[in-house]
Amino acid sequence: MSKPPSRSIFRPSGKIDSSILQADPKLLYEIDRRKVIRGAVSLGALSFLTGCNVSEVDQVQSALRAVSTWNDLAQSVIFRPNHLAPTYPESRVVKPPRFNAHYNIEDVQPVDVNGWKLELSGLIADKRPWRASDIYALPEQEMIIKHICIEGWDYIGQWSGVNLKTFLERIGADLSAKYVAFKCADDYTESLDMASALHPQTMLATKYAKELMADPFGFPLRLRTATKIGFKNAKWITALEVTNNRPQTYYEKEGFNWFSGM
Amino acid sequence: MGINSVTTMSPGVGAKLRRMHPLPIRIMHWVNAVAMFIMIGSGWKIYNDEVIFGWLHFPEFLTIGKWAQHGLQWHFLGMWIIFFNGLAYLTYGFATGRFRRMLLPIAWRDVVATIKDSLRLKLSHDDETKYNAVQKLLYIGVLLAGVMIVLSGMAIWKPVQFSELYFLFGDFQTARLIHFFCMAAIVGFVIVHIALAILVPKTLVAMVAGGPIVSDADQSGARHMNETGNHP
Repeated sequence: MSKPPSRSIFRPSGKIDSSILQADPKLLYEIDRRKVIRGAVSLGALSFLTGCNVSEVDQVQSALRAVSTWNDLAQSVIFRPNHLAPTYPESRVVKPPRFNAHYNIEDVQPVDVNGWKLELSGLIADKRPWRASDIYALPEQEMIIKHICIEGWDYIGQWSGVNLKTFLERIGADLSAKYVAFKCADDYTESLDMASALHPQTMLATKYAKELMADPFGFPLRLRTATKIGFKNAKWITALEVTNNRPQTYYEKEGFNWFSGM
Repeated sequence: MGINSVTTMSPGVGAKLRRMHPLPIRIMHWVNAVAMFIMIGSGWKIYNDEVIFGWLHFPEFLTIGKWAQHGLQWHFLGMWIIFFNGLAYLTYGFATGRFRRMLLPIAWRDVVATIKDSLRLKLSHDDETKYNAVQKLLYIGVLLAGVMIVLSGMAIWKPVQFSELYFLFGDFQTARLIHFFCMAAIVGFVIVHIALAILVPKTLVAMVAGGPIVSDADQSGARHMNETGNHP
């Protein structure tokens, strides 16, 4: 003798309307409950494991770039604004400096200094462009520092030019802005956080080993800072912008860390 | 049987009983294993971009990341895991006395005897809760290499911000070389470590399940206890 099942509070009191089962029998037949569950579970697992929207092309890459952005923050926290990088005696200066770019030295397009000028934009009071001769007339700073490439090699170089903070003050830049961005004659782009831009060992360099620098090394104007990895030191600069919204830089787009401090 | 036998088997009143590998150790061990896998594979990718030795390029299929920048992305992720997990491990090891209990003392004649036994292929491992003298030396050695690889890595990562540390290594390329040799030592350890874990599978099981129950108070490390405390 079997007991009738106890009545569930979810059980409808009347008869179930089964008309919908007749409405589209083909569609009903195609629904496979196991496939639905399997699909839902794997979609959930994928989202859970990667922490990303599955519609993204490469979830791993976007996760790694999120870590890289976090590393930018970590580096700005440990940055010591007035802590000086090691300097070296003149006897250890390597001449000529080591060339590096994302192309070969033979493919360098020299900049014609007569037509060249440095354009200024963004949060700057005096945006008049600068000719090379005007930049040469500015007070000069010299530093003998190590250039360390992200690849792992290094050399000691002797650079002269105008201290970037001095220059930014001269043009009336807003020093409370977040970034100083650079554009280069070879379409390279780079940018610095303001703290690194204002570091005493950051300059707009014009000379190497006391002479005007040669074409492959950034003539007539390049960035040289002792607190950043080599590739951050933009060569053949044509434009400088002070901004709170920096565009992505050349190597950042490739997947290198933006801050790349030393 | 019963109370009496338990008492005679007990290491002493008030002594704490625990697994040979307590849960925190097991978690830290496997977190470290994953992080080391990431660090070594991505490190080899970074190395290949500018080799130290002309004759040595790591096979690409053993490296992590498509290009050097992806190797760097992985390395700069793994470093946080290695650093904080390592810090937790060292703190735990010193604070609980695990290092002192498991890794000390080391008698030189035991080292010699163990090496002789090993060469005669006598890999007796009747009590896996007690490390032999060579194991102790190797574990201490790999811990030192681990500390050194993190310090040299920090000097390479931030030679200006951590210039005080950087100066201890003297030069950028020296720090790089030390970082490389620490990697080589650790990889050598890992190969032996994995080979022995496969040869003596109960050690691998112990690092997952915890292993035999041992007593804290027992300096020699290895008084086995029946889990229920009942002995015939």
